[in-house]
Amino acid sequence: MIFPLLGLLAGLALGWILPVNVPVEYSKYMSVALMAGLDSVFGGMRSAFEKKYDNTVFITGFFTNSLLAVGISYIGEKLSIDLYFVAVLAFGLRIFQNLALCRRYLLKK
Amino acid sequence: MFASKRSKLVVILISCILGFMIATQLKSVANIKAAALPYQRVEDLTEQLKRMEKERTDILLELEKLRMKTSDEVYAKELRRLNMYAGMLPMRGPGVSVTIDDSKVQSKPGDNPNLYLIHDDDLLKVINELKAAGAEALSINGQRIIATSEIRCAGPTVSVNNVRSAPPYVIKAIGDPQTMDASLKMRGGVAETLKFWGIQVQAAIEKDIVIPGYNGAFTFDYAKPAEEGKEK
Repeated sequence: MIFPLLGLLAGLALGWILPVNVPVEYSKYMSVALMAGLDSVFGGMRSAFEKKYDNTVFITGFFTNSLLAVGISYIGEKLSIDLYFVAVLAFGLRIFQNLALCRRYLLKK
Repeated sequence: MFASKRSKLVVILISCILGFMIATQLKSVANIKAAALPYQRVEDLTEQLKRMEKERTDILLELEKLRMKTSDEVYAKELRRLNMYAGMLPMRGPGVSVTIDDSKVQSKPGDNPNLYLIHDDDLLKVINELKAAGAEALSINGQRIIATSEIRCAGPTVSVNNVRSAPPYVIKAIGDPQTMDASLKMRGGVAETLKFWGIQVQAAIEKDIVIPGYNGAFTFDYAKPAEEGKEK
C-alpha cells in the first residue's frame, strides 16, 4: 500500500517542479483525463482488494479510459454537446462506487 | 498485496503519472483562477468601451447635425447681407425724395432747347451728389441703382437698368435726410445749376422711404472670379 502512495507523491512533486503547464483551453481535457485516471486507480485498488487484480487490465484501463474520456469531450466540443460532463459524471459515479466497495472490503477484514 | 514485482512497478508508475497529472491540473487551475479576475475586468472594460464608443458616435452625429443647422443659419444671414449689399433687397428708412421735371420755361428763339430738358448727366450729378452725401440706397423712378446700373439718355427718356422712363424723374435716396438735402441745395450746387435753366428740382425730406430691390438678372459673360492668392 505504501508504493502507490510513494509513486503518487513522486508524481506530484515532479509535476509541481517541472515547468509543464496545460494551456487554459486544454485544461478541460486534462481534468477529464484525470477523472479517468483516478477511476482506473480506484478500480485497481478495488480489484486488488477483491484479489482479482490484473496488470494488463489495469494499464490498458488507465490509458484507454483517459484517452477515451478526452476523445469524447473533444468530439462533444466539436459537436457543441457537453459530453465533457457525461465523462465527468460517469467517472465520478464509478469512483464513488469503487471507493464504497473498497471501504466495504476494508470493513470486512 | 500485488502479486508480482512487475505489477508493483506498474502501480508505482501509474500512480506517478496520476500524481503528475494532478499536479499539472492544480497548477493550471491556479493559473485560471489568477487569470479569472482580469478576464472579468477585461469583459467589463470591453463593455464599457463599447458603450463609450456608441455614446461618442451619438454625440458626434449630434454635433454634425447642430453644425449643419448653425451653418444653415449663418449662410442664410450671409446671403441676406450680400443681397442687401448687391441691392437685391427692398430697403426702407428715412431719406429724401427728389423730383426733377423738364423746364416749363419756353426756350427763347435761338437758344438750344436741349438746355431746358433733363439729361442723363443732370441725373448723374444729382445721384453723385446724393452718394457723396452718404446715400445708402438709391432709385430713379422705382429702378434701384446698383453697381452696374446705367443712367443714359435714350431719346426723350432716360434708361436706368435698361428700363426707360420719362420725366418727371423721382429720385429716392435713403440716408441722412438733412445732409442729403443740404448737399443738393447748397449754393452753387446741383439744384441751383439746374434751376438756372428752369428745370424744376424739388427735394423733400421723408421719414419713411421704401426703395425696391433690383429685380433684373446679373450676367457675367466675360468677368470670372479670379482665384484669390493666384497671380497671373
